[in-house]
Amino acid sequence: MSFHHTLGGERYGFDDLKGLLAAASSQRSGDELAGLAATSDGQRMAARYALAELPLSTLLSTDLVPYEEDEVTRLIVDTHDKAAFAPIAHLTVGGFRDWLLSHEADTATLAAVAPGITPEMAAAVSKIMRNQDLMSVARKIRVITRFRNTIGLEGRLASRLQPNHPTDDLKGIAASTLDGLLYGMGDAVIGINPATDSVANGLALLDMLDHARQHYDIPTQTCVLTHVTNTIEIINRGGAVDLVFQSIAGTQKANEGFGVNLAILKEAHDAAQGLKRGTVGDNLMYFETGQGAALSADAHHGIDQQTVEARAYAVARAYRPLLVNTVVGFIGPEYLYDGKQIIRAGLEDHFCAKLMGVPMGCDACYTNHAEADQDDMDNLMVLLGTAGISFLIGVPGADDIMLNYQSLSFHDILTLRTLLNLKPAPEFTAWLEKMGLYDSGNDRMLPLSPSQTLLGQMIA
Amino acid sequence: MTDKMLPTSPTKGGSPDPWHGLRSLTRARIGLGRSGNAQRSTDVLAFQAAHAQARDAVHAPLDIDTMQAQLKDEPYLIVHSRAPDRPTYLRRPDLGRRLDAESLAGLKKGNWDAVFVAADGLSSVATTEGAVALYHAMKERLKDWSIAPLVIAKEGRVAIGDEIAAAMGASMVVMMIGERPGLSVANSMGAYLTYAPRVGCPDSARNCLSNIHPHGLNTAVAADKLAWLMREARQRKLTGVDLKDDAPGSTLLEQAPPALDKDTRA
Repeated sequence: MSFHHTLGGERYGFDDLKGLLAAASSQRSGDELAGLAATSDGQRMAARYALAELPLSTLLSTDLVPYEEDEVTRLIVDTHDKAAFAPIAHLTVGGFRDWLLSHEADTATLAAVAPGITPEMAAAVSKIMRNQDLMSVARKIRVITRFRNTIGLEGRLASRLQPNHPTDDLKGIAASTLDGLLYGMGDAVIGINPATDSVANGLALLDMLDHARQHYDIPTQTCVLTHVTNTIEIINRGGAVDLVFQSIAGTQKANEGFGVNLAILKEAHDAAQGLKRGTVGDNLMYFETGQGAALSADAHHGIDQQTVEARAYAVARAYRPLLVNTVVGFIGPEYLYDGKQIIRAGLEDHFCAKLMGVPMGCDACYTNHAEADQDDMDNLMVLLGTAGISFLIGVPGADDIMLNYQSLSFHDILTLRTLLNLKPAPEFTAWLEKMGLYDSGNDRMLPLSPSQTLLGQMIA
Repeated sequence: MTDKMLPTSPTKGGSPDPWHGLRSLTRARIGLGRSGNAQRSTDVLAFQAAHAQARDAVHAPLDIDTMQAQLKDEPYLIVHSRAPDRPTYLRRPDLGRRLDAESLAGLKKGNWDAVFVAADGLSSVATTEGAVALYHAMKERLKDWSIAPLVIAKEGRVAIGDEIAAAMGASMVVMMIGERPGLSVANSMGAYLTYAPRVGCPDSARNCLSNIHPHGLNTAVAADKLAWLMREARQRKLTGVDLKDDAPGSTLLEQAPPALDKDTRA
């Protein structure tokens, strides 16, 4: 099926749905690298007009990757909830945008339609939404998940405490963890990216984290972000696995590049469920995603990077995850060139995931070869906080010394909580108060040194 | 607890820094203290200064004169990728993986056991400081090998070494390349070893030593590990996953990982 639109006397044609979606995307270097981007602003707008006229049902009936070739397509098609889709089935993409922004589309209504929304619908409508639209709609959506605490509630902002160390030194990691806890970080997860991705190392790190969590009775979950097959082996060896982590992408071939498929994810999910470690809920998967992953694996099938990213959320939601985050600026300037592109992508990813019912967080971050700096991260965190993001990632001083990139600092997340009047997860807030770390009268973390708290004993 | 609301600044007059001992455990920016919720001026400026240095490491051109001085009278070649300038290089990794036509035409076919390539990658500073020293250390360790003259590649990615080696008739290539700079370390170099290199070689066919810099893996240790890998590669006629499994000190030997797993691939 081909599409066309005439703008300013010029007729713009688009060969197929993939081409139309790609041309309608806001400018980003990854689509230019792939040769998929609009070649002029006029062509981009013509694509948006044509896309706005497209019925949602067309998006449902057109497979961007053939059903026979791709298990992600099969997942999207086979699990589509027609009853949930029924209230919006008559809409065009343009009409869908207007409906999403209407007061009638409230929190309960949006939750009810989520299972009827495919990644392609979410991506398509996002392309004709401005940044404020992406924020306004996402803000209305609440995706609430639970393991040892409750994430995603109104008025709350959780954080992942990321205490990475270049040699996985246990005391070094403990020192960064202590620092983060004193800032009230870690309710989403205390999660380490290991420098060495092995079963033995994963076991040692998990043992250390679990010991600290149990000793201080912290109502949170811990995770070593190792490959899912390592996590399965760690479970087999009796390791303290709260959450199962895996990087995922939006096509079968891209997931194969990560060494995973839907069956392996299910096997890991079932194994971790068998441990029954959650106390207030059983959401236990943790996924990371990011625009550009499919292209970098040469597995994008000619789909623009934002649309194929949204397909990863279909993979995520199949496993009822506790946490998902886009690592939005991590992949580098060949995919998202500068602060403007990173910010736009972060808002798109958050919106699309929430619209599909996925508990989305963000690693608001950039690399040193991108045209971005900490001011851009300030902007992004405030926009995402306003949009109701579930959690953000915090690193000591915003400087990850293992992965060599910059994220948010613990200070930044405290600032955001104050700016927007947000609190940590309720169970975690209660623990902070119990430990004497939190001034509940003024709603702020007390500026304590390690020796002024019981936590100081964490590092023997 | 209000009586315990004491500032924790290390600059507080006379009193000991409560984070002093903990800070020796990690180079992470822990125990910074705060003013309200915000970082103090000294910490904000220190962060911005580190970021400035990292950006300069990315954007500075390779210092050929310095490398030439290190090489003294030894022969070397200079080649250029298809990326004409830095902004294009950053946006188009595909162009950085291939030689421009003039460079390719200038390479003569030989019969070498190995060729060493020094490319700017994402930190020209790392390559300027570390590549020639590693090249010399390797020649010292591989005296019975026929080693091609050093090739210096501008605007190069890892895979440009494959095309260079194929054109020069080298059995294996060692690509010494500046790694993506962080705030703590802006001069870290990686060394990628590839046996039977050819255009289109998958990353899974390489072995990588990363984190080569004075405060990480030093030149002598890196050279010992690389020499072991090169001898194994020559004997077993392969590099990549199968070589990794048997290596001593294998925690320092990495496969090039998939892109989203927060990798630091150049």
